[in-house]
Amino acid sequence: MSLPRLILMPIRTSKQGQQVNIGKDHDDYLTMTTTLTVHPDDLKERNIPNGARVIVRTDHGEAEFVCTEGKVPRGMAFVPYGPPTCKLMGGDTDGTGMPTSKGWEFDMEVVLNAE
Amino acid sequence: MPQTVTKFATCAGCACVCDDLELHANDARIFEAKNACEMGRCWFLERPISKVEATINGKPASLSDAIDRAAMILYEADSPLVFGLGETTAEAQREAVALAERLDATLDTETSLTHGTMELAAQLGGKVTGTLGEIRNRADLIIYWGANPARTHPRHLERYSVHSTGKFRTRADRTMVVVDVRESETAKEADIFLRIRPETDFEALTALRCLVRGQRIVCERLNETGLSLDQLRDLAERLKRARYGVIFVGQGLLQTRGLHMNASAATSLGIALNATGRFLVMPLRTPGNIGGADAMLDYATGYPFGVNFSRGYPRYNPGEFTAADLLARQEVDAALIVGVNAVKRLPDSARTQLDRIPTIVIDREIRNATVSIATAPAGISASGTVYRNDKIPLGFRPPLTSTRPTDEDVLRRIREAVERKPETYPTASARMTILE
Repeated sequence: MSLPRLILMPIRTSKQGQQVNIGKDHDDYLTMTTTLTVHPDDLKERNIPNGARVIVRTDHGEAEFVCTEGKVPRGMAFVPYGPPTCKLMGGDTDGTGMPTSKGWEFDMEVVLNAE
Repeated sequence: MPQTVTKFATCAGCACVCDDLELHANDARIFEAKNACEMGRCWFLERPISKVEATINGKPASLSDAIDRAAMILYEADSPLVFGLGETTAEAQREAVALAERLDATLDTETSLTHGTMELAAQLGGKVTGTLGEIRNRADLIIYWGANPARTHPRHLERYSVHSTGKFRTRADRTMVVVDVRESETAKEADIFLRIRPETDFEALTALRCLVRGQRIVCERLNETGLSLDQLRDLAERLKRARYGVIFVGQGLLQTRGLHMNASAATSLGIALNATGRFLVMPLRTPGNIGGADAMLDYATGYPFGVNFSRGYPRYNPGEFTAADLLARQEVDAALIVGVNAVKRLPDSARTQLDRIPTIVIDREIRNATVSIATAPAGISASGTVYRNDKIPLGFRPPLTSTRPTDEDVLRRIREAVERKPETYPTASARMTILE
């Protein structure tokens, strides 16, 4: 039986807010915005080791993240807003001008090394 | 090197716009920011400033050449977009409106990508407004819905809200409630934390409004929210008992499924609660002067964002004249971006179009654009007006001086350069002649 899809919740954090001032192209900002926090049981169910690189796929796009275990509710994953989350965002705004930026269902898959 | 101390400096590192900072600087840089939070310190001390004045196609250029090139790009465009404006002063925002009007362009701000849904909700059913000062002095019930100010607005709780000591209220007199999908840092400080399931905010807010108004609700559907009837009844009673309440809404409410309808559910609840007490619903805005952009566009055009001047007068239609939609539909052939962070909020479908068309970027740093102009950063070396989260205007007190022009100067010079060029058809005056 396939597991239910997780729900992705991009969030704002203090460190991200600081880093925005330094530059969104800075390595620290990119590291922060590609770190996905998931409940340990959700990772275990999917056989994904803590710290693994994963491809996250929503209905609109895909992006690469590093998975870390954290104290978050089951069934959800949290990541600071950034360029990778923009890749997962659909362009449709439902006539509001704002694309839905939270609550996407997604699948993830471990990135295998080329060798 | 002589040192200066600037007291009561204003910070736009987040929407709190704290104006009690003390900055220590020499001629070249600020080296201390007393009273600043971690975001404020970063905003004052660590923002890089470009050494190059301007570039055209990636090559260094003089400011006047860059302005002439920018004016030519915008003059030749059939459907230009002026976008961003969240990190600049109200004076520059006013110049951007004038330029967009002169170009018959579309003008959209970061509001459309942050709390624009709150503006839409206000247009649907109205809103009750107030200031953070009122909240500090009077609020006895403070709710955060989908917001985490402990991380996003570090001094908000201490200066304006739960932990502040107002004229009539202290922490002991206030009840703090947090509604969120996770136990955030703010939730840990709350008297009551309600964990809601994702994407059920509209249902929960509507149920609350029904309970406040004594209307019947279907309890089976309530289970979908993750909240029990008892929890909502308790909150509804607290809402009715409050003499002065406020719901601060964050992006957890405004950017999830339902978008403006979630915001509308919150504002409708706030309006209903004014039957029993005073109640506000206020968005916790993102950093910078986004509130100023709303205020300036409202004042100059009558609309808060997504304004199109192609018929010679302002028209407003979110979804049609907003940046994410216009760019995704490839309906823009040149873009002027003031403050590049706005671009990074766009979905990929919109950003791809920006790579295809000529772009002009006005920012504190040189950026990857057809024309990039580095300006004096507001609050650091450029003065001007910034709007606080509650749309109270405050003045910047920059401790440094700069030889760089301000955003306002550059926008005005581009407009003047465009105005020196011959009129092209169709113009507003030409259309009026045809209509006559």
